[in-house]
Amino acid sequence: MKELSLNILDIAQNSIHADASLVQIILTETEETLKLEIKDDGKGMSEEFLARVTDPFSTTRTTRKVGMGLPLLKLAAEQTGGWMQIASRERALYPETHGTEVTAFFYKNHLDFTPLGDVISTVVSLVQGSPEVDFVFRHILPDKTVELETQMLREVLGEEVPLSSPEVLVWIRESLIDQYGSGE
Amino acid sequence: MKSLEELKAIREKMQNKVILREGSAEKRIVVGMATCGIAAGARPVLNTFVEEIANRNLTGKVEVGQTGCIGMCRFEPIVEVFEGDQRVTYVHVDSAKAKEIVEKHIVGGQPIVEYTIGAAEK
Repeated sequence: MKELSLNILDIAQNSIHADASLVQIILTETEETLKLEIKDDGKGMSEEFLARVTDPFSTTRTTRKVGMGLPLLKLAAEQTGGWMQIASRERALYPETHGTEVTAFFYKNHLDFTPLGDVISTVVSLVQGSPEVDFVFRHILPDKTVELETQMLREVLGEEVPLSSPEVLVWIRESLIDQYGSGE
Repeated sequence: MKSLEELKAIREKMQNKVILREGSAEKRIVVGMATCGIAAGARPVLNTFVEEIANRNLTGKVEVGQTGCIGMCRFEPIVEVFEGDQRVTYVHVDSAKAKEIVEKHIVGGQPIVEYTIGAAEK
């Protein structure tokens, strides 16, 4: 992937396929590091599946929804000297607290760090594709925090106007551009 | 911060329109957004379609959707345009081609044959 924001889009799709109703994407940056967390309340994975989920060659047809996405993210993190971790609680065993958390840690000054890229387009694409899912996007930078919570937008828009309406998507894009731009 | 007032205005504007049920649009554009599609450049293609539909006031008439991997990864980004029982499959789409597809096919009604899978396989 040319941008980390493309990996984020790809991994968040796994959460959606796992029937999540809330997907949280949290980026925490310092001058030297970037931590990416993608958390969902989806159906989770069994321990057996979790153990082999980052191995692209053990993926079988029944598991193709995961496929290459996690191995690519793991590679992107590890090639900067960083790491990736996955924690998951299966719905059958944890009826109240099921879900999956993917955390990846990057060293930004490493030569092989993939730039974050157009994260705004990733957020817009996710909302466009899954307007029924709630998203929290939070990007904590050294000097400010950029955030979007679709639940808040849903309250304003009511039930008749889907979040995937092109006008709403344009609003989301402009809101994020404004937040990134202010104070610079 | 962009104001929630603007969002309220969008709500009112949309409520005044006849709300179309899902599936009632005349045309449907579907972009492949699996790992293969995303890696090949599907995200800007999707966003170009969304913006063009908004800018040209085609909301309700044209739907934009996403789909997974359809097993033809080497042709990604793949875009399918559905109209009635007709389907046109475009391959190796980028933002410029997406704009052209909206202009000529979605608005003009003429599919662009040279961008289709049929032309790519020749």
